[in-house]
Amino acid sequence: MAFLTLKNVSKVFGNTTAVEDFNLEVEKGEFVSFLGPSGCGKTTTLRMIAGFELPTSGIITLDGEDITYKSPNQRNVGMVFQSYALFPNLTIGQNIGFGLQVRKMPKEEMEKRIDEMLSIVHLEAHKNKYPHQLSGGQQQRIALARALAINPRVLLLDEPLSALDAKIRVELRLEIRRIQQEMGITTIYVTHDQEEALLISDRIVVMSQGLIEQVGTPDKIYNYPSNEFVAQFVGQLNLLPITDVDLENGKCLLAGQEVRFEHTPGRIISESPRLAIRPEELQIGTGEGRNALKGRVESALFLGAVVRLRVDIGGVFLSADFFNERSRTLPHSGDEVVISFPEYSCWVM
Amino acid sequence: MSKNNSFLTDQKRDARKARPSSNSWRKWIGVVPFFIFALLFILLPSVNILAGAFRTNAGRFTLANFAGLFEPSILSAYWVTIKISLTTALVGGLLGFLMAYSVTVGKLPKAVRNMLMTFSGVASNFAGVPLAFAFIATLGRTGLITLILKNVLKLNLYALGFNLYSFWGLSLTYLFFQFPLMVLIITPALDGLKKEWSEAAENLGATRSLYWRKVALPILTPSILGAIILLFGNSFGAYATAYSLTGGFINLITIVVGSQIKGDILYNPGLGYALAVGMVIVMAVMMAIYYYLRRKSERWLPR
Ligand SMILES: Nc1ncnc2c1ncn2[C@@H]1O[C@H](COP(=O)(O)OP(=O)(O)O)[C@@H](O)[C@H]1O
Ligand SMILES: [Mg+2]
Repeated sequence: MAFLTLKNVSKVFGNTTAVEDFNLEVEKGEFVSFLGPSGCGKTTTLRMIAGFELPTSGIITLDGEDITYKSPNQRNVGMVFQSYALFPNLTIGQNIGFGLQVRKMPKEEMEKRIDEMLSIVHLEAHKNKYPHQLSGGQQQRIALARALAINPRVLLLDEPLSALDAKIRVELRLEIRRIQQEMGITTIYVTHDQEEALLISDRIVVMSQGLIEQVGTPDKIYNYPSNEFVAQFVGQLNLLPITDVDLENGKCLLAGQEVRFEHTPGRIISESPRLAIRPEELQIGTGEGRNALKGRVESALFLGAVVRLRVDIGGVFLSADFFNERSRTLPHSGDEVVISFPEYSCWVM
Repeated sequence: MSKNNSFLTDQKRDARKARPSSNSWRKWIGVVPFFIFALLFILLPSVNILAGAFRTNAGRFTLANFAGLFEPSILSAYWVTIKISLTTALVGGLLGFLMAYSVTVGKLPKAVRNMLMTFSGVASNFAGVPLAFAFIATLGRTGLITLILKNVLKLNLYALGFNLYSFWGLSLTYLFFQFPLMVLIITPALDGLKKEWSEAAENLGATRSLYWRKVALPILTPSILGAIILLFGNSFGAYATAYSLTGGFINLITIVVGSQIKGDILYNPGLGYALAVGMVIVMAVMMAIYYYLRRKSERWLPR
């Protein structure tokens, strides 16, 4: 049995179903992200694991024990909130020590543990300050230290970085991952930021409207999205209308030009089939054994490291990303171009 | 072209004139009424009272008025007033806190909250003759509730020792405006308690009572202290309610002051002024205690 399991978990508020038939097994030490748009039920699921919401149906087990109805203060799971939620009337040291004091840890041992946690989050110098004297990023580090101090069985983080500036966010997400790996703590991380989820997770649970859309490693989710929602939510994707789809031979027509694709048997094709391909798989110019599409540049955006083209293929628009090259001149709008890509890089939905 | 130039020079384009500078006297206009009121109705009367306290009826300097404060009957008037103010501030504070708690943290339906807030807004200003009359009409010797209890439940309040025209009767009457005032003041403070604080505490293993002792109450303490001192002052200065309810039967300091200044048999305005100065001193001592406690309780607040 996995370390943390959710079996057929549902949560209904009045007449909204926030979470529906949620099934997940998390291994010990694993870092799992819940990824999905706002309102899809990520927080509700996390709060059921923490005990702040009771499931309408289903079972949650932790380390072999049924914790579905256990009260939050008996679960020994750590929680980090989006708003930090530090106690404003207690010093940083007292905040980190709060859970230890509840557990009646002897004073000396407690101080040692507080210092240890402060050094893990690199804020040793701030022990006697009050929360309002720290920046948002520092406060969130303290909140993390406070949650970890009690040696929780699972660490739960609910969009911990979304209140912070971009720069701090990038810094802190790597730090969260580092600490998680050092301590080997089982972690559930809620986010609506796909980049964040891809970067720090062992596995991602993509959710939409209370349902799980796909569970998998970041590269599986990105390269083999199981449906259109996942494909579109994670990363950029061209979805191009096609006709004359020949699944047997892996052929179709895109704006009158033939495209070959690798068909995965069993994949469901919708009634209005579309060709899916990520912008970074595309190349300017032809190549051996590649699909080639003739078109006209509609616009060229220079983003620094990346150049993003919008190309008109006989009335179908696709976007293509290239790495910038110093010696290459940028295409202009109106230029005729050939865009090519290998057949294994695209799929039909 | 030359026209344009002359336009610029003629107008003497000057940023300081184009817009009133931030030092302009205009921004003070709004607070002028405040200063006029403060001067006319706070500062001048205070000076007048202070000066009057050192004057005889004939207008000569004296300390006799202050010596008069130490008469046993006057000391006891101060003491009764302080006692009734403390009692109603603490009991009213507690009741108001519990009511505000149940409609905020206690998550009673929104409608109950709206009802309580509206009631509190009205009741906290309900005082004087109407309040006294309302209590006489309900809990007086022949009041409605007194009679209902006596005839229906065979419970004779007055035979059991209750008396509306006593210390406790007056306290009960004062509570009618004290606890609503507490509700009004403390509800926003309770709203300010973040849900995440209690959840974080619970998540770390704390019980609700531990969370209240270690987090919520310390956060609320400055607000609670502020509310209590306000309630104290509210009852310490009350006059009309007590006067109309007991007709001077209870010797509150405000009633003593009134009888010295308004002058029937006891007319001695000099003593009245000294009594008022004494009240200011009592209030000042209470404020000093309040500031001391407040400073101790809000060390964690941003300055
Ligand atoms: N306490 C609640 N009462 C009623 N509806 C709720 C409550 N909490 C969440 N919901 C609803 O459940 C759905 C999922 O919410 P939530 O789990 O917060 O989503 P997410 O965290 O993914 O943004 C939303 O439609 C939200 O409005
Ligand atoms: Mg959420």
